[in-house]
Amino acid sequence: MTPEQIIFLIVAIVTLVAGISVVTSRNLIHSALWLILSLFGIAVFYVLLDAGFFAVIQVIIYIGAIAILFIFAAMLTRRVMQDTGPQSNSNWWLGALIALLLLAGIAVVLVNWQGFTSLAPELINPSERINQLGLALVSPDQYVLPFELASVLLVAAMIGAIFVAGEKKQ
Amino acid sequence: MIPLSWYLIFAAILFCIGLYGVLVRKNAIAILMGIELMLNSVNINLIAFWRYRSADGIAGQAFAIIVFAVAAAEVAVGLALIISIYRRRSSVVADDMNLMKW
Repeated sequence: MTPEQIIFLIVAIVTLVAGISVVTSRNLIHSALWLILSLFGIAVFYVLLDAGFFAVIQVIIYIGAIAILFIFAAMLTRRVMQDTGPQSNSNWWLGALIALLLLAGIAVVLVNWQGFTSLAPELINPSERINQLGLALVSPDQYVLPFELASVLLVAAMIGAIFVAGEKKQ
Repeated sequence: MIPLSWYLIFAAILFCIGLYGVLVRKNAIAILMGIELMLNSVNINLIAFWRYRSADGIAGQAFAIIVFAVAAAEVAVGLALIISIYRRRSSVVADDMNLMKW
């Protein structure tokens, strides 16, 4: 086992345990904190995959913005679910069955695919990728249209969020 | 060297954990957390396929950026809806939101 593989296994176990805690924890704040741990594990995977830029924006966007938004929402709606009573509905076994069936289906598809165990090709000059990505996102013959669409989507979502959650003045 | 299969298996397990959360949790905020886990596992898959199959191009990374933007938009709108519903009905339990149930 190479050091990379050992790091991968440790981080994978931590991330999966945190993920299971997210969906089973009774206290919503604890769920949000486990979610942060799980998102950190995914940032480590981005580093292992030579995508350091994604590790940084994972920490900034997911942990810095989205997880904090979850904690705020959990605090704003705290009075109703006071960590008592069941946190999962009565069909939890059906949900678990569907999730396991999906996992089995994905596993069958993956095992029958030839490229399943392929190794990573050598990455020449990995720091050049950020430059390349930045240029690709604004170049007219690459991804400028999806990029602008994503910007418009974000603006529309923010305006919509303010409109929906804002206090209505009667 | 880590084979591609490790990343794919990890992402599949994480996706199924998120799916379980979406299907099973009562609290609407917890359902959104499950969706976040699913989106993250998809992103891992995108970056892993970029790294192992087409590291010369940049398409996989551009795709992952778009997923990030969509995830941020989804969470903002979703939590705004939940807070709005909470204000009107004092509940964040998904079973109680049956106003449009047929």
